[in-house]
Amino acid sequence: MAATRRLTKELNDIRKSGIRVFRDIRVDESNILNWQGLIVPESAPYNKGAFRIEIVFPAEYPFKPPKITFKTKIYHPNIDEKGQVCLPIIGAENWKPATKTDQVIQALVALVQDPEPEHPLRADLAEEYTKDRKKFMKNAEEHTKKHAEKRPSD
Amino acid sequence: MDSDEEDFSYEEEDDEGDDSCDFGVDADEGFDSTYDMPNTASGADDIFTYEVLTPDTIVSYMNTIIDEVDAVFQLTRPVARILLGHFKWDKEKLLERYYCGDQEKLFKDAHLVNPLAQSTLNKVQRLSRSNSGSTSSAFCDICLQVSTNIQTFQGLECHHEFCTRCWKEYLTSKIMDEQKENIACPAVKCDILVNETFVGRILNDQIVKRKYHHLIANSFVVNNRLIKWCPAPDCMNAVKASYSDANAVTCLCRHEFCFGCTEPVHEPVNCSLLKQWIKKCNDDSETANWISANTKECPKCQVTIEKNGGCNHMVCRNNSCKADFCWVCLGPWEPHGSNWYSCNRFDEKDSQNAREAQNKSRSSLERYLFYCNRYMNHIQSAKLECELEAKVVTKMNEMQKHNMSWIEVQFLTKAVKVLSMCRNTLKYTYVFAFYLQKNNQTVIFEDNQKDVEMATETLSEYLERDISSENLGCIKQKVQDKYRYCEMRRKVLLDHVNEGYERDFWEFQDIP
Repeated sequence: MAATRRLTKELNDIRKSGIRVFRDIRVDESNILNWQGLIVPESAPYNKGAFRIEIVFPAEYPFKPPKITFKTKIYHPNIDEKGQVCLPIIGAENWKPATKTDQVIQALVALVQDPEPEHPLRADLAEEYTKDRKKFMKNAEEHTKKHAEKRPSD
Repeated sequence: MDSDEEDFSYEEEDDEGDDSCDFGVDADEGFDSTYDMPNTASGADDIFTYEVLTPDTIVSYMNTIIDEVDAVFQLTRPVARILLGHFKWDKEKLLERYYCGDQEKLFKDAHLVNPLAQSTLNKVQRLSRSNSGSTSSAFCDICLQVSTNIQTFQGLECHHEFCTRCWKEYLTSKIMDEQKENIACPAVKCDILVNETFVGRILNDQIVKRKYHHLIANSFVVNNRLIKWCPAPDCMNAVKASYSDANAVTCLCRHEFCFGCTEPVHEPVNCSLLKQWIKKCNDDSETANWISANTKECPKCQVTIEKNGGCNHMVCRNNSCKADFCWVCLGPWEPHGSNWYSCNRFDEKDSQNAREAQNKSRSSLERYLFYCNRYMNHIQSAKLECELEAKVVTKMNEMQKHNMSWIEVQFLTKAVKVLSMCRNTLKYTYVFAFYLQKNNQTVIFEDNQKDVEMATETLSEYLERDISSENLGCIKQKVQDKYRYCEMRRKVLLDHVNEGYERDFWEFQDIP
């Protein structure tokens, strides 16, 4: 299995690199195609909590892109209520087999910290973000405190 | 490498002598085209002419164009093909752009490495590779494996190299699963396209190769305004016309269709109204309910689109369109960019209009059902009359036994043909009438329609019933008179409609 071999290597590399924004990576030993991890943003308004995501790799990986869903609720213009996220780098049209999972995670974290209101999944939040940034920050922070997971202590 | 030419023939047969289907792996190899370019005399460009292309002639026609361009550019044929594809096979546009603009940018836009600047670069690259290659191993960025056999590493002109096994899997997945013939280098952020020479070198599975060539031919046809696939099931032919118009064409498979929209011939209604009508008719079925609930039409090319992701920024996947638009308001995407837009705001006036529209919809449904019933009825009659053809043949044999010659009974075949033509026209007159705004001309149209319809029904009755009862000499006269009348009245109706199109006296209603 090409997917298994590559993912084993990628997982090792990510764990070794000690990346701070993506931690607590849990992978079922019987199924390396399914990862869970904690996104730990470093800038406001999401730096008050952590967000669990799930990465599902298809059997054809790396020739087909992985899918990412948020398991933790998040107040974000680009992530909808079901946890779906619009991330161009893993879009079927844009996917490149040479893209590594850590690049995907970096792109995801960049999107979380820097919303793109011009490609909204939640138009109401995008409008709030562009029109009234202060209110958005306040709402997002409150939402994070209420719904997000605890940040790892170290 | 040696087996390239042979592997690249379009058909599976290993006929070495036949390179008419050769995609031109080797630019030096002589190309013998079986396709003759038709004479396009500039004086006669108003006459609609067409010819049927078989799978082989499609390929050789494509190769003819590639050769013409290649003869001018003196690059390689795969490069010429990609450039042509970039310009939707508009040779003149490509030549103009090639000589009147920034060539560097042209190659960049077509996702190619400029072959003119390549030679020097190549040397540098080869040198560095042989240096490292002789001593160390190579690392593939896809499977993340280190290989000591550097010979198995390959790449395009952009010099991103991957192991052959990963290339093979990548190309196969693109060709078989995604059905794409435009395949970019798998390296991150690299958009250089693979060409057929490279694909031929990597792949050895004949099925995948054949599929790839089919995709290339397909993209040639669908991107070419003047070529359309024959829509008949299992027909592999295409039709090439002198200009794009709603004209009737007949494929070698005997399927007749409208070149403008590839629907069956639909005089007197035009292509766009017919498309609206078909959509409307389908709307009433369960499947179409799903379609209307889940799909929209591209605001630019009208292709039906299903939203398969969360993002509202839609990019039409129709290769010849690629419009950017917003899923919600179907407006262009541009204003949705940096500045905020208005597609989120509810319009009070709109809601009032909506309520009024609801009241109207009841009467408009009745109106629709009126026209739809008559349209469907002609379809049903035409189906039943299919059996008539067989009946008529029996009758003709019978008549020949009763002192009539073969030539004397041919009127029956002709009568059946006229009947089916009239039915087809009548069917579409109801679509035409449905969208028509009443005016003085529509009264004339409706009278014509009534006349053809009555005559057609009488003709149908003669053929169904009277043919078996009355004496033959008498029926022949009756049938001949009637079908001639039908033919004439049909022509009168169509001429009147066409005159209306030309002089612009038809007004159409916009019915959703």
